[in-house]
Amino acid sequence: MIYLDNSATTKPHPDVLHSFQQVSTSFYANPSSIHPLGGEAEQLLLTAKKQAAKILRVLPEEIIFTASGTEGNNLAIKGVALEHQKRGKHIITTIIEHPSVYNTCLALEKLGFEITYIPVNQDGIVSPEMIEQAIRDDTILISVMHVNNEIGSIQPVQEIGERLRKYPKVIFHVDDVQGFGKVPLNIKESHIDLYTISAHKIHGLKGNGILYKQSRVSLFPLFHGGEQGEGFRAGTENVAGAVSMTKAMRLIKEKEKEKNRYLFQLHQLLRQELEKIEGVFINTPKNAAPHIMNFSLPGLKPEVLIHALASEEIYISTKSACSSKQSDYSRIVAACGKDDENATSALRVSLSYEQTKEEIDTFIHTMKRIITKLRGIMG
Amino acid sequence: MLMEFEFDHILIRYGELALKGKNQKHFLNKLQQNIQHKLKGFPNIKIKRTRGRMFIMLHGQDPQPIIDKCKNIFGIHSLSLAIKVSNELEQIKQAGLFALENSIQAKTFKVAVRRVDKTFPTGSQEMNQLLGAYLLKHTSGFKVDVHQPDVEINVEIRVDATYITSDVIKGAGGLPVGTSGKSLLLLSGGIDSPVAGYLMMKRGVEIEAIHFHSPPFTSDRAKQKVIDLAEKLTAFGHRLKIHVVPFTTLQQKIFQEIPESYAMTVMRRMMFRISEAVCENHQILSLTTGESLGQVASQTMESMHTINEVTNYPILRPLVAMDKQDIIKISKQIDTYDISIRPYEDCCTIFVPKAPKTKPKREKVNQFEADFAFEPFIEEAVQKIQKIVVSDEQSEDKRFDDLF
Repeated sequence: MIYLDNSATTKPHPDVLHSFQQVSTSFYANPSSIHPLGGEAEQLLLTAKKQAAKILRVLPEEIIFTASGTEGNNLAIKGVALEHQKRGKHIITTIIEHPSVYNTCLALEKLGFEITYIPVNQDGIVSPEMIEQAIRDDTILISVMHVNNEIGSIQPVQEIGERLRKYPKVIFHVDDVQGFGKVPLNIKESHIDLYTISAHKIHGLKGNGILYKQSRVSLFPLFHGGEQGEGFRAGTENVAGAVSMTKAMRLIKEKEKEKNRYLFQLHQLLRQELEKIEGVFINTPKNAAPHIMNFSLPGLKPEVLIHALASEEIYISTKSACSSKQSDYSRIVAACGKDDENATSALRVSLSYEQTKEEIDTFIHTMKRIITKLRGIMG
Repeated sequence: MLMEFEFDHILIRYGELALKGKNQKHFLNKLQQNIQHKLKGFPNIKIKRTRGRMFIMLHGQDPQPIIDKCKNIFGIHSLSLAIKVSNELEQIKQAGLFALENSIQAKTFKVAVRRVDKTFPTGSQEMNQLLGAYLLKHTSGFKVDVHQPDVEINVEIRVDATYITSDVIKGAGGLPVGTSGKSLLLLSGGIDSPVAGYLMMKRGVEIEAIHFHSPPFTSDRAKQKVIDLAEKLTAFGHRLKIHVVPFTTLQQKIFQEIPESYAMTVMRRMMFRISEAVCENHQILSLTTGESLGQVASQTMESMHTINEVTNYPILRPLVAMDKQDIIKISKQIDTYDISIRPYEDCCTIFVPKAPKTKPKREKVNQFEADFAFEPFIEEAVQKIQKIVVSDEQSEDKRFDDLF
């Protein structure tokens, strides 16, 4: 089996699972309970916070454990919108955001917020200058993803953050669900106020995420209840989830240090081999993240190719898993100025650090064979 | 020709220290040590001292995290990011422009040139005008305001080079921790005592803490709370030793032997007796408390008079004249508030008598204590003190190591 859909989700690391099981077995008490078992669970949760903070180079009290990247993005965007709406109702984002940002913004429009969607260039990259130019007196939030989930383009987050220093009242949110562990980013140096990551994209478990919230930023919670989550995210804490996510973060950071070059090499190989196939258009720009390769095969239905590959136990996907159930049309590929044929035939291969060169070879080889066969039938 | 500039060092001003005459060297050494300690995580930087100034040479390091750390170091009056250029007019102009453009939220500015190197051809007055005009011409939206500018572009033309600074960032003030002796802080877990400790540290005092622990009436989490508070205080110092006194037996005895209305007064007296013994054993010359006059029954003038009787060690009460709201404000600033309000019982909240005496009398309390042989209990408590050391270097909980 060759799994090439790591941007949809990854296989949990055995150590992460082990950690989850150990915590669930030995430290299952509610951290808010007054007895010593509760105290122990509370300490464990605090240690998880400290560890996560150390990895992200932020303060422990700036870590909010969530249940997903989607929740983190929703809490960041709706949280700012509802909390700061008296100051203004204008939000700036890009047209290539993940649905959990994009659709949240669309929903806020219904509540009377005004959203400016900044376009991207043909490489899928937004211009910091255009973002700055869109700022108005009533702008309260700017939300920009770090690495695009469909094509892997890297956004100039640090430059945007530096420009925003002149607008201290504008809150800056970065969705780094796809970039964390693959493309380094320094939160503090990029002057980021809110920052989302998710565990299951880095060999952690589904149901865990983190929202970093700069300590001075205030949010309107999505969930009201107990005092958990620094008061911004009520609900009994998922201690095992938090601990295991922190473990996954440590492991992916080690891998990033060790094998980032290797992943770039695989990515390069993949690009070279795909370019050789007739009729393939690469949608992923040069200088993209090392784990995502998006390409179009105009004239072939992507779904057909995916099923054909799956019958040989090779798994890739069309655009992002979160929107691929609707239609084959890629909003992101189209946003980069590609025509409809390209936008409706986009495929995504996403790698992990564990991928081998042989797997890439097999994938390319199999794909060539399938394409020839399909073209024979369809053409 | 356009030149590339970056802030290459941070200028540190230490105001009050400059006045300290003979001790100055000691104070400066301590300040440099404290800065060095807090910036251990930045191996590239270097701290330099020349007459009357201290610099942090950045060597490419991002200044922001360093400034954030320095803001918590007592003895630093203010900080400025600075650029060093050669004594050439064109260089000075462009570096001035860089400094102005990088000053945050400034709309008005003023130029202040000091020409220390008299061989530099242009005089300071003329330089002021020259540079001011250049900056106005090459920027938009800035105005000159010589009386209340948002930012002052300071240019110092020295013999070796010209130094240009802009924004003045306020430091923590005070004196370097460790230059004013040591005090024993009575740390209960409430809002006040950490603030009291912080204020003494600001005055250059090194702190050790004492905490009275009464299991099972007070839980391990109450103790943890005190450890967490102490850890927060290390942000302004380095290490902090906590003396945890087993207080259960003595506390129970007090409430058996002493009439209820006086039990609290006697309990406070016992705490001071134990604290004094700890001071003696560890060469500490004073006690610090978070008492604020009139806040609760034990903090009336009469109570202080009666409780204070048992020790002739100085009791420092930096909060004595402060309002609760102001104390809370500081506790939020120093990040101890959220810990302090964790709802666990401490030794001062259990056994609270229904009607504690707000005006206890010395002769009364002495009468009650005369019939109560408490000395052996005090001795035992002092003997069984548990010492915990916390430091500002991240102390991970080793218990959970294999889970991460």
